Amino acid sequence: MSVESMSVEAMPVENKLTESLFAESQLNVKNKKIQSLYRVLFLMMTLLLILPVLIILGTLIVKGGSMISIDFLFTDPINGMTEGGIFPALLGTVWLVSLALLISVPLGIAAAIYLSEYASENWFTRAINLAIINLAGVPSIVHALFGVGAFVMFFGFGTSIMAASLTLAIMTLPVVIVSTREALQAVPHAFREACWNMGATRWQTIRRVVLPNAVSGILTGVILEVSRTTGETAPIMFTGAAFFLPFLPQSVFDQTMALSLHLFVVSTQVPNVPESLPYAVALVLIGMVLLMNSVSIAFRMYLRGKKKW
Amino acid sequence: MNTATAEQTNENANHYAIQSKKLNLWYGAFQALFDIDLDIKSGIITSLIGPSGCGKSTFLRSINRINERLGYVRIEGGIHVHKQNIYADDVELIQVRKQIGMVFQRPNPLPATIKENILFGHKLHMKDKSYSSADYDDIVESSLRQVLLWDKVKDKLNHKAISLSLEEQQKLCIARLLPVKPNVLLMDEPCSALDPKGTAAVEELIWELRGEYSILMVTHNMAQARRASDECIFMLMGKVVEHQKTDDLFVVPKCKETADYIEGRYG
Ligand SMILES: Nc1ncnc2c1ncn2[C@@H]1O[C@H](COP(=O)(O)OP(=O)(O)OP(=O)(O)O)[C@@H](O)[C@H]1O
Ligand SMILES: [Mg+2]
Repeated sequence: MSVESMSVEAMPVENKLTESLFAESQLNVKNKKIQSLYRVLFLMMTLLLILPVLIILGTLIVKGGSMISIDFLFTDPINGMTEGGIFPALLGTVWLVSLALLISVPLGIAAAIYLSEYASENWFTRAINLAIINLAGVPSIVHALFGVGAFVMFFGFGTSIMAASLTLAIMTLPVVIVSTREALQAVPHAFREACWNMGATRWQTIRRVVLPNAVSGILTGVILEVSRTTGETAPIMFTGAAFFLPFLPQSVFDQTMALSLHLFVVSTQVPNVPESLPYAVALVLIGMVLLMNSVSIAFRMYLRGKKKW
Repeated sequence: MNTATAEQTNENANHYAIQSKKLNLWYGAFQALFDIDLDIKSGIITSLIGPSGCGKSTFLRSINRINERLGYVRIEGGIHVHKQNIYADDVELIQVRKQIGMVFQRPNPLPATIKENILFGHKLHMKDKSYSSADYDDIVESSLRQVLLWDKVKDKLNHKAISLSLEEQQKLCIARLLPVKPNVLLMDEPCSALDPKGTAAVEELIWELRGEYSILMVTHNMAQARRASDECIFMLMGKVVEHQKTDDLFVVPKCKETADYIEGRYG
């Protein structure tokens, strides 16, 4: 049968088309027009999105850029905060953010590993997931009040860096958990199966294969957290940040100044502030976030370059 | 029990790598395997054929107990590997997985270098002794030689495994099982992601491993079962229909279903 079918003759097909087979039709023309229309539309929307960012940055640089100097960054504010630098606030923000990260990153990653790699799909896990999603949507002022109740009063930390950092950590925990879990789940299941079939325990699988391949994704969550934590005002205002302090914090149980609160204070609470001061403070704040983000992005790209699949 | 018959069975059992006894398996309420009774001889290649969904992979996966990861799987009956019940209470799963290697349809090298892939299993299981890097090099070389891959990759051991061709990846996936010296190799359609040349190469390799390992290979490719196995099992709808010498099964099948299937009338 196969020998016969090889020698079958070609059958002439009747060509019903009068014009060329591959010429452009009316429909093609129309579809092309629509396609370029949408392309332009989406481009415009994208531009519209980055426009505010550019305007904000531009304004800040024009109005506050001239004030920024080494002195501004590293001296104390004087004359009722109308002159001098912002050093205590800058240092305070670094304290608050680092301590918050130190608490929430390990906790969040551990929780995400449990949820993604160990927990089985049941009502309990579903309840936890729901709680995490809802927690991410709680307004920061509510977190602030919780922080006052829990850390300042119940645990007796007083208004302190500790209480403020814990509040920030709680607030950003859901972000870390969700993004870490997503990063873990992006690691192909086949890798885990390969490990299990070779007799690796769950932990060996996580440690040697899943985590190394998820780091860059996990870092994305941390970047998000850094940005959000640095700018938050409400949660630290009642729990550990002070308007003005004549001295630097000596331990985590002292109060501190913070950039975000300082910006709020100099722009609304203090009389006779030179116009450029709030802009300069805002510029430093944004600059800090951008700096930390670019460091983590660079690190992420480095890791991604090393990625092995 | 009569002593004579007990000894008789023991005598025979020495030749068997895998013996399943009245194995039934359910995924939730769905029964996928019915009373599977099989004695699979050691040191030879046994192929497992049957239409899609008849339970070939399920049977294979219950031999290294990987099915149990799914919480809703229930198993009755038992499987003995080299006379030892792998479903006994005192069995360590890690040891089961070590003794019984598994190869998948799609090559699944780990996201690491060729060398790391070969040493992965070894490093998991051989913690009691310390190995020098020369020992490791020996292990890598001998494993890759066994899968006929050494000459091709010896200069790029530190390249990513994923950079290899599919055929080479599949060979690597077989090679990485060997350092821990398994007794049984399970292969679930090991060639179906490969082109004809790759298929031939992997078949050749499987044939090389024959004798040292007991191999159970699922395949959809009748021609492959025919040329690359000593014995052949035909399954249908979760049951074993026929288990025979491959030559006999394809020439004089005992059951009508087998005959229908190998002639391509369904499946
Ligand atoms: N994880 C699972 N959960 C529920 N049912 C399953 C699962 N895996 C397989 N099954 C069912 O069990 C039956 C046997 O599946 P199995 O994968 O063992 O078939 P197979 O013979 O390997 O088929 P194929 O040739 O397509 O690989 C099928 O009906 C399938 O739908
Ligand atoms: Mg299958």
